[in-house]
Amino acid sequence: MANTVLKDQVCLTIPMDRDMELVAAKTGSVLAELNHFNEDQTEEIQLAIIETCINAFEHSQSEDRQVFIKYIVKADELECKITDHGVGFSPEDQHNSIASRQQIHTEMRKRGWGLEITMNLMDEFYIESGEHGTTVSFIKKMAS
Amino acid sequence: MANKFDIQVRAEHEYAVLETAGYLNDALGEDLSKKAQELIAKGYTQLVINLEQTALINSIGISILIEIIEALDERDGTLNFCGLSATQERTFRMMAIAKYAGIFPDEKTAIANF
Repeated sequence: MANTVLKDQVCLTIPMDRDMELVAAKTGSVLAELNHFNEDQTEEIQLAIIETCINAFEHSQSEDRQVFIKYIVKADELECKITDHGVGFSPEDQHNSIASRQQIHTEMRKRGWGLEITMNLMDEFYIESGEHGTTVSFIKKMAS
Repeated sequence: MANKFDIQVRAEHEYAVLETAGYLNDALGEDLSKKAQELIAKGYTQLVINLEQTALINSIGISILIEIIEALDERDGTLNFCGLSATQERTFRMMAIAKYAGIFPDEKTAIANF
């Protein structure tokens, strides 16, 4: 089973500081390019990493102010696990927060898109969240 | 980490073009919004935002673009985007921006479609 063969694993810790999400995105981009993901897929991986890191920066309330990213490269996919040691959240909380905001065009809401964008761009998406933090995992499969 | 960005503004007789370069996050977004508001205050209601030199846009940057759409909407204006990557266009469509602003492959087409 080719897709279970682990080729590389890279771990990165970034501080929750301005533009640090770009460091995580760039690392993901290099790994994707080295493993022959196409340009569009590489950009999708970068955007998913950026959105997930920004969510951690903005909402985790993590005391250590750090985000831990594990990149797992397999033969035909790239998995990212992005962890914070914050207070956790439930997807229902996010939905209620979005619903309470007002804008001119309700369909075109301004904030709260991070998880939805990531889910939409990636092939698999998981959240584990509790009182000791949150791990968002997603997988991008290489285009055949 | 430095995020080098730039915004070039070109105001013509009936429309204006804002060309961005760099990571479109809150900082570049606020700068872009300020320049767009200045143009709107001068009476420009047809704007093009050219994103050809902007490789990455985060959702905070996009939320600021929505504010520009809303500001133009209040004056019956139009915002057309051009130079988006396939992923950016997909994200814009997901966020329903394509219903309230135009998306075109290049500046010439964006200007021709006001």
